[in-house]
Amino acid sequence: MLEIKNLHAAVDGVAILKGIDLTINAGEVHAIMGPNGSGKSTLAQVLAGHPAYEVTEGSVTYEGRDLLGLEPEERACAGVFLAFQYPVEIHGITNAYFLRAAINAKRKCQDLEELDPIDFMEMLEEKLDVIGWTDSLMERPVNHGFSGGEKKRNEILQMAVLEPKLAVLDETDSGLDIDALKAVADAVNKLRSPDNASLVVTHYQRLLNFIVPDFVHVLARGRIAKSGGKELALELESKGYDWIKEPAGV
Amino acid sequence: MTSSVEHHVSQPYKYGWTTEVESDRVPAGLNEDIIRLISQKKEEPEWLLEWRLKAFRNWLKLTEPSWANVEYEPVDYQAISYYAAPKKEKKLESLDEVDPKVLETFNKLGIPLEEQKRLAGVAVDAVFDSVSVATTFKEKLAEHGVIFLPFSEAVKQHPDLVREYLGSVVPATDNFFAALNSAVFTDGSFVYVPKGVRCPMELSTYFRINAAATGQFERTLIVADEGAYVSYLEGCSAPMRDENQLHAAVVELVAMKDAEIKYSTVQNWYPGDENGKGGIYNFVTKRGDCRGNNAKISWTQVETGSAITWKYPSCLLTGDNTVGEFYSVAVTNNHQQADTGTKMIHIGKNTRSTIVSKGISAGKSQNTYRGQVKIMKRAEGARNFSQCDSMLIGDKCGAHTFPYIDVRNSSAIMEHEATTSKIGEDQIFYCQQRGLSAEDAVSMIVNGFCKEVFRELPMEFAVEAQNLLGISLEGSVG
Repeated sequence: MLEIKNLHAAVDGVAILKGIDLTINAGEVHAIMGPNGSGKSTLAQVLAGHPAYEVTEGSVTYEGRDLLGLEPEERACAGVFLAFQYPVEIHGITNAYFLRAAINAKRKCQDLEELDPIDFMEMLEEKLDVIGWTDSLMERPVNHGFSGGEKKRNEILQMAVLEPKLAVLDETDSGLDIDALKAVADAVNKLRSPDNASLVVTHYQRLLNFIVPDFVHVLARGRIAKSGGKELALELESKGYDWIKEPAGV
Repeated sequence: MTSSVEHHVSQPYKYGWTTEVESDRVPAGLNEDIIRLISQKKEEPEWLLEWRLKAFRNWLKLTEPSWANVEYEPVDYQAISYYAAPKKEKKLESLDEVDPKVLETFNKLGIPLEEQKRLAGVAVDAVFDSVSVATTFKEKLAEHGVIFLPFSEAVKQHPDLVREYLGSVVPATDNFFAALNSAVFTDGSFVYVPKGVRCPMELSTYFRINAAATGQFERTLIVADEGAYVSYLEGCSAPMRDENQLHAAVVELVAMKDAEIKYSTVQNWYPGDENGKGGIYNFVTKRGDCRGNNAKISWTQVETGSAITWKYPSCLLTGDNTVGEFYSVAVTNNHQQADTGTKMIHIGKNTRSTIVSKGISAGKSQNTYRGQVKIMKRAEGARNFSQCDSMLIGDKCGAHTFPYIDVRNSSAIMEHEATTSKIGEDQIFYCQQRGLSAEDAVSMIVNGFCKEVFRELPMEFAVEAQNLLGISLEGSVG
């Protein structure tokens, strides 16, 4: 589904990613871990196409297409979803309006008819049932006045509605208490299927107790320093990141 | 992209001008003989000529105001021709003959097909003949005793009414541009709604189908007699261009006891090219008088066009318990300059006013809100609420707010809120990540910002106004 080859990226001329290689197949959950400043969030932003991040070398192929050649909205319509670490507030637009605009943008790419507000509400109810939530925060302005937990939950709700093929979760666990963390992880698990894949970016192993990955990659100084199964995350939890950084030899 | 659409939309149909037009144009320049000539051509009564001459003599003593936050080359008032007969455009056979880019803009605005034809100068078919529709409206209005006529017709048919109210809200001496208008105005609209009558339709509907070509010096007078109600919409969301760069209209509203007037404007005059060349100067005086107790006047405006806008729709809250409202969205892009706002003059007791102003600046434009709230000595128990929000797109534009508050009665309650926000790259990226294009994202955010004002527009225009905002801001992010 996704093949990243020798990816280099910079922000304001400062090189952050220095040669990432990563392959993700449908049905897999990959976790990206690493210390602060190792480039985890940069990788997430580059995949989504944030204009502030400049790709200087390498390639990203997504379902046979050159992902880096697509506009951010084209990537979204192709099924790439980023759950933001810091979801953005938009005043004056209700969550319902925003979400319906998003789903209709996607449906337009797929040559499907737009959902009217009634069909949309029906679809939303179904999704809420799937992830087991009741309060959808729909009548409030997008992320405005939301608590940290509500913002993160809102990201997952958008993911549930937009049904991405590749979901990138950027530190979705940060700022969540344990109950909220469970609720979010639970929803993510319910959305897992053999057809989609997730890339879970996190600083702490804690999240991976709930969203169990197939593969764990440790990022250090802009490269993948070590890859392994889910047990690698536990090893990191007990030993910290220092032992990884050294043998990377960058 | 925007400029080319504007360009195509704004081109007059070059083969549509007849030579007769040229012969029916008075020579350039302004003096008493020209005014006499205009009055004569319009077969006006003596009192109106005198009124014009008085305005002209006053105008000579006035100087052009320079306090507005706008800059432009001086206008040569002697180089303007102040009267030209209405022009006839050659009718096209079908929409196929219309420039596809024009149609694209119409479609983006969501303008109904039949109306597209009219706007583009296509002959309308017999089934939906605009003349017959207009006639139906006319009959319906007449049934209720509502008078709705071109100004010059009203002068002939209802001279006493016109004479009673003309200049009673905006005196001919009011300001430089109003005086100029009073001296040389050629046409406009006159509305009179009799006592207790609720006008059975939005006058917009009629107006748009009838679509009198708006002149350079338009004069509008709307009178709602005791207990009457009328909703009027001027303008059109389709781009409009005029060869005359200077526009100085005057609009007067009179609301008698228990009457209500709702006046909505969608203004999309040609704003000039990307460098600001060739756009319309829109210097307008709009004022309503809540003359009787419990009267209400509400102004709603969506201003997206013109190179320069100088416009302050105002309310005189003369009667007790009267209500004045001003809801405004002003969008400026490229090199546009807008200095707009309102005046609420509280004269009667327990008068209330509400001001909601949304200014959006993009490109290298300058957007100014200028508002005055004045509470006179005898205006016991007056209340005002003002909210002025500015939104910036990009970092080369400017937003300015000049509120003037003058309270002479200590029982007044005044509230003023102001915010400034900026559409950030992160907001746009967030929307893009959810599948929206950058332009749709801006349009959505801006429409959210403006919705308090759009809510006040008649339904059919609210949708067009939203689309218009998107088009006006095209190319403002990239």
